[in-house]
Amino acid sequence: MSIILEAEHLTKIFRKKGSAPLKAVDDISFQLKEGETLGIVGESGSGKSTLAKLLTRLTDPTSGTLKYEGKDITILKGNGLRELYGDIQMVFQDPVSSFDPRRTLGDGIGESLRNRGMKKEEIQKRVEEVLEQAGLDPRFASRYPHEVSGGQCQRAAIARALAVEPKVLICDEATSALDVTIQKQIMELLQKLKEQHGLSFIFICHNLALVQMFCDRVLVLYEGRIVECGTPDEIIQSPCEVYTKKLIESVFE
Amino acid sequence: MCEEILKYDSVEVSFGEKVVVSDVSFSLRQGEILGLVGESGSGKSTLIKAAMGLLGTNGMVTKGDILYKGQNILDISEKEKRRIRGAQIGMIFQDAGASLCPIRTIGEQICESMRAHRKISKSEAKSHAMELFEKLHFKDGKRVWDSYPFELSGGMNQRAGIAIAMLMNPPILFADEPTSALDVTVQRQVINEMLHLRELFGTSIIIVTHDLGVVKVMADTVLVLKDGKKVEYGKAEEVLNDPQDAYTQKLLSAVPVLRRSVNT
Repeated sequence: MSIILEAEHLTKIFRKKGSAPLKAVDDISFQLKEGETLGIVGESGSGKSTLAKLLTRLTDPTSGTLKYEGKDITILKGNGLRELYGDIQMVFQDPVSSFDPRRTLGDGIGESLRNRGMKKEEIQKRVEEVLEQAGLDPRFASRYPHEVSGGQCQRAAIARALAVEPKVLICDEATSALDVTIQKQIMELLQKLKEQHGLSFIFICHNLALVQMFCDRVLVLYEGRIVECGTPDEIIQSPCEVYTKKLIESVFE
Repeated sequence: MCEEILKYDSVEVSFGEKVVVSDVSFSLRQGEILGLVGESGSGKSTLIKAAMGLLGTNGMVTKGDILYKGQNILDISEKEKRRIRGAQIGMIFQDAGASLCPIRTIGEQICESMRAHRKISKSEAKSHAMELFEKLHFKDGKRVWDSYPFELSGGMNQRAGIAIAMLMNPPILFADEPTSALDVTVQRQVINEMLHLRELFGTSIIIVTHDLGVVKVMADTVLVLKDGKKVEYGKAEEVLNDPQDAYTQKLLSAVPVLRRSVNT
């Protein structure tokens, strides 16, 4: 398997007047192989989401490099970045707020296609196609975000990410805001996409059981650093780090 | 665990014309922890808001009775309700940070809530609060007293929220998704705190949650709600280990379980 996404010594420091600089992401290096699902766990404030934003270039690293298929993408801008977003897409925690409230779901899903100059009829066809892939009726294209349930909206968000046929999908707590029954459905959908489209995933989640179920490998983040890395079973069954142990002990059964 | 302290008798709640909860009955004994579970929109929060009289202008209990120590709390005046809210039934919310006033310190808010129920000086309120903070093993109670909500972490805010709810030592505590917004490690701490409350004060607790793990750890009895209707009600062990209703089974099977050892 070839390496699709690679982070080398990624660091993000937030500086604020009057307080000490905060190292949100501290010297993180890892590789994501093609077709692999990499889980990232850790509590709030551990740097999970900042890392996701760095990987999608929604924020710039203070230092370190990011490579996609061997190409340095750390300083991509404009057109280069737009091209990159054809390959890397993201699904956010709160689906409703990730859509424009005044525009239909179909509009939101088709936006990236419009930006690439696709024709109107083709866009409509593609939107219907991805909605069906995400397990929604094509008629949902004409609904507004507030007219659908949280689970349906998250499916639409997944459809939006799939529209451009990406190779890497970054899910930042994509199921955390959903009920357990809906969470299960969304996980089944992601599993299906993994198998059918060979997508690579970065799966950010604080639910260890989900990570164990879905991921090939997992990174444990604590205070911006990787404290442990391995297969989910290795880490959950014989954690080396104190923090990882605490995380596992906190899970209710 | 003997005296029945709160009783819902065939309660129906409507918002306008729409019935959102129908025919729900259960009772809560002293020291009992009841887990109220179901998906979003199943009417969990509505049920406890009904007893607090917090349904807003549009919502009301259209059928049935809610009895607190034998007294129907739906029939009493707003003034009498105010005497029950806080003093008899405490409540903690999902987002503790948001349920506190952002521009007043925790200490000021504690004084305010205590003064709503009895005449008490600031220093008396403070010493009373510090005593409670200590019982709840707060590391630095004085800092919490002087802090604004934004200066505390989410977990610390929630613990402060629990302390504020417990200041009047109410026999009943309603907890509406108290751990959903917190990290797993902090969740565990907040849950332990509530169990500790019961030990200390014999508080009866109704915990509203969609997290069946939390229910398993805490609850004595469980009520499963779906679309405003009761689907199952019974002892926690029985409902969780041997669910009778298809919906409860579905709910339980949807929970991902952590495999801790190689064999299981």
